[in-house]
This record gives sequence, C-alpha cells and structure tokens, in this order.
Amino acid sequence: MTAQSLLEQLLNSVQFGVMLFLLSAGLTLVFGVMNFINLAHGSLYMLGAYTGIAAYSASGSFLYGALTGVLCGGAVAFLLDTAIFRNLYQKDHLHQVLGTFGLILFFNALVHWLWGPSALFSRIPEFLDFRVVLMGGLEYPAYRLAVSLLGLAVAAFLYVLIEHSRIGMLIRAGATDRDMVAALGVNIRRLYTVVFALGGILAGLAGVAASPLFAVEAGMGENILILMFVVIIIGGIGSVRGAFIAAILVGLVDTLGRAFMRIALGGLFPPDVADSTAPAMASMLVYVMMVAVLFLKPEGLFAGRST
Amino acid sequence: MRKTTKAVLLGLLLSLCAAGPALSAEQLKLGFVTTLTGAGGVIGKHMQDAANLAYKHLDGKIGGVESRIIYADDQQKPDVARQAVSELIKRDGVQFISGVIWSNIMLAVQPMTERSKVFLVGANAGPSQLAGKDCSPYFYSTSLSNDQPPEAVGQYLQSKKVDNVFILVPNYAAGKDDVRGFKRYYKGKVAGEVYFPLGHQDFAGEITQIRNANPEAVFLFAPGGMGIQFIKQFEQAGLKGRIPVYSVYSQDEVTLPAQREAAVGNFEGRNWTADLDNAANKKFVSSFREAYGYAPSWYAAQAYDAVMLIDSAVRAVGARLDDKPAIAAALQKADFSSVRGDFKFNTNHFPIQNFYLAEIVKEGDEFVAQRRATIFEAHPDAYVGECDMKPLAG
Repeated sequence: MTAQSLLEQLLNSVQFGVMLFLLSAGLTLVFGVMNFINLAHGSLYMLGAYTGIAAYSASGSFLYGALTGVLCGGAVAFLLDTAIFRNLYQKDHLHQVLGTFGLILFFNALVHWLWGPSALFSRIPEFLDFRVVLMGGLEYPAYRLAVSLLGLAVAAFLYVLIEHSRIGMLIRAGATDRDMVAALGVNIRRLYTVVFALGGILAGLAGVAASPLFAVEAGMGENILILMFVVIIIGGIGSVRGAFIAAILVGLVDTLGRAFMRIALGGLFPPDVADSTAPAMASMLVYVMMVAVLFLKPEGLFAGRST
Repeated sequence: MRKTTKAVLLGLLLSLCAAGPALSAEQLKLGFVTTLTGAGGVIGKHMQDAANLAYKHLDGKIGGVESRIIYADDQQKPDVARQAVSELIKRDGVQFISGVIWSNIMLAVQPMTERSKVFLVGANAGPSQLAGKDCSPYFYSTSLSNDQPPEAVGQYLQSKKVDNVFILVPNYAAGKDDVRGFKRYYKGKVAGEVYFPLGHQDFAGEITQIRNANPEAVFLFAPGGMGIQFIKQFEQAGLKGRIPVYSVYSQDEVTLPAQREAAVGNFEGRNWTADLDNAANKKFVSSFREAYGYAPSWYAAQAYDAVMLIDSAVRAVGARLDDKPAIAAALQKADFSSVRGDFKFNTNHFPIQNFYLAEIVKEGDEFVAQRRATIFEAHPDAYVGECDMKPLAG
C-alpha cells in the first residue's frame, strides 16, 4: 500500500459517498418529515438516468440532458405525491412498503416498455472526458472529481437551505414534531409536496451523475436502495447532516474495506483463509457498522426526530 | 355483485384452462423458459427471438409436425420458474422444455422435468452438477459447462506466456467455478484475486488495486450490468490499452451496445462468434439481423441450436413422440446443422465443441466480437468423468 493508492482510494470513497448522499438526502427527509417509507425512491434515480440519457442523446448536450433528468425526477416525485402518496401518508408502514414496492415494479416495467430491455449507453461529456494529474503523478478521472465536487456543493446548498431558511426551519420542525407544526397553522401538505419534489430532484441528479459510470438498466435503483437505507439509519432518520456524514462514512468503510481487508487479514491468517474470508468480511463491514451505531445510538448519529 | 363477478371470472379462467389443450391441434409442444422481465430480460429477448427464428425457418413444423413454442417468463427467480415448468408440463402437456438462462434455476427445474419424463434441452445454463454426477437421460445441453470459457482463456494466456494476471470475479458460486476453470489451465503468477459482491456498482476501488498490481492482463467475469460498469470505469480510469482485459460472459452482443468504445481491443473467450464460417451460421446471423434489427448473441445461437436439435430428433423418429428411448438416441446423435459447425454430444449430453478467443472491434457503427484464435478444438468439459449416464428404459 502506497500513499498514492491510499489517496486514490480516499477519492473513490468520497465520490461513492457523495453519490449515496444525493440519493439518501431526499429519502431521509421524506422518512423523517412525513414518517413515510418510500421504496420507490430508487425508481426516481432510475428515471433521472433514463430521461437524462434520452435528452442527452437527442440534443447532444450533456447539460441539457442533466437538466431534463433532474426536472423529471422532481416532476415525477411531485406527481406521485399528489396522485398516490397522499392516500398512503396516514396508513401504517406496511401499506406504504407494499404500495411503493408496487411502484418499483410499475416503473421497471415502464422503462422496459419505453426503452427496451437492453442497458442504455451513456458516455462522459467531452468537456469532462480527461484525467487530472494529482500529487505523486496519480491520474484520476475528471468526471469522478466533478461528481464529488457537485455532491459537496449540493451538501453545502442543503445545509444553507435547511439551517438558514424559513422552509428549512419548517422542514426541521416537521421532522421533530409534525403534529405541532400543523397545529401552528403551517400547511403541512404543501410542505410534504415541497420535500417530496426536493427529494425527487436530488434522486434525479444522482441518476444523471451515475449514468456514465453505471449500467443504466431497469432495476438499477434497487441495487443501491439497501445502502440508502443503511445511510439514513446510521445518520438518523430526518437529518440531512446525518445523511451526509453517514454517506461519507459508508463510502469510506465500503471502499477501503474492499481495498484493504485482504491486506489486513493477510497479516493475521494464512493466505487461503484470507482469500476466502476477505471478500465476505468486506461486504459485511457496512452492516457491521450499522449494527454498532444502532447499539450505541439507537436513533442514529444525528437523530432528527424526537417522537 | 362482487361475488357473481368473481364467479364469472373464475368460470372464464377455468374454461380457458380446459379449452387450451383441447383447442390446440399441435402435435409437438415446446415449452421455452427464459427471463423476459427485469435486468436479465435482454438475454431472454435474444433467446426468444432466436427460438422464434428457428421456428420460422422450420415453417412452424418442429420435427416436421404442427408445433408450437410456449414461452414462459421465469423472472430470474427459481420459484417462479418451478411454477412455470409445472404449468407447461401439466396444463400444456409439452413434450420438450428448453431455454433456462441461470444455473440456480436450472438446478431447480431439472428434477421436475426428469420426474415427468419430459426432455429438457438447456440452451444456456450449464451447472457442473448436471455435467457430472447429476447427469440425466432426460437432460441435454446445447450450451456449455460454466467453467469452459474460463478454461479457454486460461489456456490462451498460458500459451502466450502471459505471466502476471489479475483475477476479478463476483463473490458467488459461479465466480468461484470460473476461477477454478481458469486456474485449471493457467499456471502463471496471480497478481491479485478479487471477489466483488454480486450486483457491484462502483469498481473504482478494484480498478485502483489493478493499477497498483500492474498485471500483464485482467481476467474478468462480470455478467450483465456489472460488466458494463467495469468496462466503462476501466476505460475512464485510463487503463484500457495499457492492460488488456480477457473476459468471459462479460462482453458480448448483449452488453456491447452499452459498452461500445470502452470495450474495443478487449478479449472474450466463448464457444460461438457471429463470423463463424459455416452455412447454418451465415443463414442464422443474416436472417436474425433482418428479422429483429440487431446482432444475435451466443445466447441466441445456443437457443437456435436447441430448437434445431429437437427438430432433428423428432424428425429422425418419425414424430413418434411417445417413443422416449428412440428420441433420446436421436437427440444424442445431434444430427442437425449447428451454427457452430460440427456439433456432437459427449456421454454426459453436453457438447464437445471448439472454444475461441474473440476481440471486440468496431465495425461501421457497430461493436462486434471477431474471432481471433481457436483455443480448444473439440473440447470436452471437466466433469464428464463423474457422469454415469443411465440409458433410458423403454
């Protein structure tokens, strides 16, 4: 292990963490403010990727594609909220899980029908298709750096929005005690819609950012859904700050675990044992971390909800 | 009101079930089980289109008699597949079943077909159990044993004296099988052996490890979306062109439309390429393209061969579909024009066939796998010795 490879793995971790943050920020708000479990959040991510690529290849402009994907994520979230989720808010979690699981199947069938069964092709936009030389001669893809920076910028924006704006104050209040907020005369329904659309926009953005890196195919949202829930549970449900810290933590533990677990175990066990246990242990690490956090702080690192 | 509606619906359904078999005039019914929905659905589409093409080439007469192919979607789930197979056998009364992409599904449905004495002609999944100790007189495969392409890649790298290979496979049964097959022929140094979780998305960490290990080649098994992700990210990291990727089941006509330039110059070990020079293959490839507007994959080739094999056997016995021992003997002869050229079965009912090295190249606007070398000629699988095939009693 050299300093250079450590640096590269750290960059990889941050980039993966930032991607997870974009996805889980919306999910944690929806869960925290509305006490609503939305399994279909991954579908918004998938729709962002698909519509982004469709607009990108139709117009030739990545930025236009990105804008389309982001807006589509927000628009679909808005529609879902007005048309379907309204009826589920007052129901218990089982109904919400069943309803939103049905939506996953619906959206997967929809993209299958609209775009066919094959994975879509998406490329890095030309203006980011190069590698940056960092210290020690380390070459790193500019696109991945750009994704990391974009995620950090979104995190900063959300921080200002939630900590220093009126709507952010209402969101925080809603996450703590939604009944009291409603009793104070705030239109909680409208607040829900705003939060939902914001979550959809972030998921759409994540989908657009992910499309040149990952395979864009039906069901791509479910691959990452479990990690999203791990992030919001570690971070504390309803807390965007918690989601950010937890996403970076999960990114670090997951990436570094896979990179260095074999080396670490190699010092303790014979090579064949290390070979067979390292991958299993590396993929467990994130969940072990979640269990540890739940044991020490059952409400997560930054519990947003007091009730 | 609701009760009567339900009763009417139930009645309609029941009468459909009853009328289904009664209405059908076909003598031969072939059940084709594959994955038509979800991420694996694209493979199923290739296989379904190929089976339909074979049906068309036979003028709808598989075995020279009125016939029908009944498709069933297994949703890539063993329990759904078991139900589908049960319906095909009991409700539709099929004499043959084909298709089946995934090994876990194959292992789930194969005992059912054997119990019902229905011939199962596997068109893709080739778990080692079925090639070895669990070989069955009712099971034939037009595909391969899972670890044969890795054997071929191992042999190729060994013969080229490549001496430092990085192995990257998913952490599940097939990944480990593939490494075993690869190492059966590759005896050089292993620069690294990394097992990533199934469904892995971000390969940045693994790519950093490859960069640091600086191997002479990468041996990759990353089916479906995983392969698309790895190949794209490997190119983005600037390693393509510096370190060649030799893959199995990861760069083919199913994934290439999403990998495109990122895969050009890489290699894949396989049992079929579109440019194989024989009449059956030329007809298959050109008519497939014409009918469906895209390039057929090796999944499609194997499905096409499966239908043609069944056709040849039923013809050979004069469509006496009840004479199972005669059909079994005729299947074993494999007297049909395979798109792979010469085709013959080993004693375990798996093909003895050639394995090739293909290079991914750009041809016009398309990305295709071109044959570069024949690695193995008439190569049997490693498990045939464990198979004690019982002859089919009359």
